[in-house]
Amino acid sequence: MQGLDFSIVPEYWPLIGKGLWWTVVISTASAVLSVLAGIGFALLVLYASPVVRYPVRLFMWLFMGTPLLLQLFLIYFGLVQIGIDIPAIWSGIIALSLHFAVYNADIFRAGIAALDKGQTEAARSLGFGAWRTRIYIVVPQAVRGTVPAVGNMMIALLKESSIVSMIGIAELVHSAQLVISETYRPFEFYLTAAALYYGLNLILEAVLRGIERKVELSR
Amino acid sequence: MNDTRPMIEVRGARKFFGPLEVLKGIDFSVARGQIVAVIGPSGSGKSTLLRSINHLETLDGGEVWLDGVQVNQKLDRRSFERHINGVRQQMGMVFQHFNLFPHLNVAENITIAPIKLKGMAKAEARALALKMLDKVGLADKIDAFPARLSGGQKQRVAIARALAMQPKVMLFDEATSALDPELVDEVNLVMKQLASEHMTMVIVTHEMRFAAEVADRVIFMADGAVVEEGSPAEFFRNPKQERTRSFLKKFLNG
Ligand SMILES: Nc1ncnc2c1ncn2[C@@H]1O[C@H](COP(=O)(O)OP(=O)(O)OP(=O)(O)O)[C@@H](O)[C@H]1O
Ligand SMILES: [Mg+2]
Repeated sequence: MQGLDFSIVPEYWPLIGKGLWWTVVISTASAVLSVLAGIGFALLVLYASPVVRYPVRLFMWLFMGTPLLLQLFLIYFGLVQIGIDIPAIWSGIIALSLHFAVYNADIFRAGIAALDKGQTEAARSLGFGAWRTRIYIVVPQAVRGTVPAVGNMMIALLKESSIVSMIGIAELVHSAQLVISETYRPFEFYLTAAALYYGLNLILEAVLRGIERKVELSR
Repeated sequence: MNDTRPMIEVRGARKFFGPLEVLKGIDFSVARGQIVAVIGPSGSGKSTLLRSINHLETLDGGEVWLDGVQVNQKLDRRSFERHINGVRQQMGMVFQHFNLFPHLNVAENITIAPIKLKGMAKAEARALALKMLDKVGLADKIDAFPARLSGGQKQRVAIARALAMQPKVMLFDEATSALDPELVDEVNLVMKQLASEHMTMVIVTHEMRFAAEVADRVIFMADGAVVEEGSPAEFFRNPKQERTRSFLKKFLNG
């Protein structure tokens, strides 16, 4: 049996660091897009005409009912077949964004429904039209009210982002695997990756707490 | 400008909520600069009437006119939306529960409509906000968030917000009912000041004393109909209808 030896970790830091970088990039891009798309889906599901509303609902329902891995494969391997060739990084970002956008949309929808009717009436009585009321009054408040729930989704997203390793993207887990295949040191490098995820999580939670505190003040 | 034309005119207003007839054909008009107080028992339709003036409630029958323009005119959906937004900009509404926007500070609460709807420049809008806040005695709260204000302060900001659109009329739906008793006067004072500036106002209220002090005319509603109306002096001293008398008696004893 081999003893544990973490002293070899620094030697492979360039590779691991690159993996960490991609995990951060992919997660951040997907988080931002999933929030924006989530707001968009929620608004469409709530307010768009039936011609738009029902397809969006069907789409959301399909995305909720299938695994992220399948969605990723469908976007990366499947779409090529019909002539849509999306690079791996973008396939990963799109799959993660859409997958979490659907959940975020559900959260936003509930957040909008929970808003006091008086808010809309006050805006309408000032002369705001229906859409302006949504954009300036309803959405900003719903977003603020749902920071904790959406934040939990973003923590899940960070961890789930490792799934893009399945289409060959050298994010953190995949980088660790590459290093392990060279060094035969799974324990050290998986633990290193775990520690890095943990660190990212701490940072994300701090950011979320910051946002929560900021929006709390303005309630 | 035709000064004899009523500022607000309601003709034959009818409204149903399901099978319940809440407004049973209401007629009344408010002259330019006039202050009308609407009183009546709970559920008599006062709020519904007030809210149908700016089309927060859609009437099932009858007409509402603002300064010679029909509020509830028949138009296709898109044109009506444009029309009603324009009409509402000319009517300020003050709600029982203030309905300030909690995500915006006091200045933003007041300036968002002038900026977004009238295209006013930010600096100009802030100056306007300050002026309106001065009017309601809250200039020092311009950067506060609503959550940090007392109920009376919130309602005064809500009034300032409505005034910033320079409305032709102000509609008040029990503006002081949600307030602790000691905070009522500060809001009433602002309304009296508006009255002295000849703002046209419709005030739904439970406060008989305030109605008597501020109104040019009192309208008493019961069961979706106007039972009696008159100047405060004759209305309170010498009510003609039995229904009015029993309502007032309950108030004076209670
Ligand atoms: N959105 C609604 N749906 C169904 N019924 C309603 C609705 N709004 C009001 N009503 C009913 O219409 C009637 C008149 O209500 P309204 O709020 O106009 O009375 P009000 O005179 O303002 O009473 P209060 O003094 O309690 O405010 C009441 O019976 C009320 O229950
Ligand atoms: Mg009422």
